[in-house]
Amino acid sequence: MRADQYAVPVNGPLSVATIVAALALGVWCLARAGLNRAPSRFDLLATAALGLLVAVLVVVAVVGLFDGSRPSETATFIGYLITAIAFAPTAFVLARLEPTRWGNLILGVACLVIPVLVLRLQQIASVTGG
Amino acid sequence: MAEPSSATRPRDAAIGTGPGRVLLLVYGIFALSASARAGVQIATKFHEAPLAYLLSAAAAVIYIAATVGLAIGGRRGRLIALTSCSIELIGVLVVGTLSIGDKAAFPDATVWSGYGSGYGYVPLVLPMVGLWWLWRNRPRP
Repeated sequence: MRADQYAVPVNGPLSVATIVAALALGVWCLARAGLNRAPSRFDLLATAALGLLVAVLVVVAVVGLFDGSRPSETATFIGYLITAIAFAPTAFVLARLEPTRWGNLILGVACLVIPVLVLRLQQIASVTGG
Repeated sequence: MAEPSSATRPRDAAIGTGPGRVLLLVYGIFALSASARAGVQIATKFHEAPLAYLLSAAAAVIYIAATVGLAIGGRRGRLIALTSCSIELIGVLVVGTLSIGDKAAFPDATVWSGYGSGYGYVPLVLPMVGLWWLWRNRPRP
């Protein structure tokens, strides 16, 4: 990682993988909700796995904060990191509480918000200062 | 195909369950993002656009209230959710119109600017869905 470019941690293949996985799982969960299916073990485990992927991304980004230049809006960046890491677990808990088709809609919505969060992280990270 | 679960939904089911729980999640997301945005705006550049930032903070409070109302449910929760969804709908319509007509008054974006275009128009649709949901689950004798 080059010290003069913070953008690397959240712009690498890991974030691409996260975005693709989240989109795929989001579409899957929305389809399952459309078919009136409650979240299955697989749906919940897949969300948990996505949460792990996001957690790895966040850890890499946090490590990056101590290594080289920081995004100029560091506070906002950290806010997005906290939101991102909390997202899949929150959806997981809510979906467990809702064993109906709406549980899958919860998972689907959450999965589709995660790519937005990652893209925002990339946007914020691309503006570095000092 | 099974019946939609709404058909078997008990009449006295809490407003924060079923589709209401999806609303709860989406309102929670907006409560979080609106308050974080307002917090950063007010903390770092309040003097640039005080009106817009105060409005951001007000929107955040409304979203938090709607989330809490849906979560606690019952008569009180319903009333809180109903009030906040109504204010929200009026807010997004008024601020959306003003932000397009009078750009000078809103130099920086709020959640409600341009009818919520910065958030995929979700802020415009959300109160309508919320009001529909509350109406659908109105207490019936």
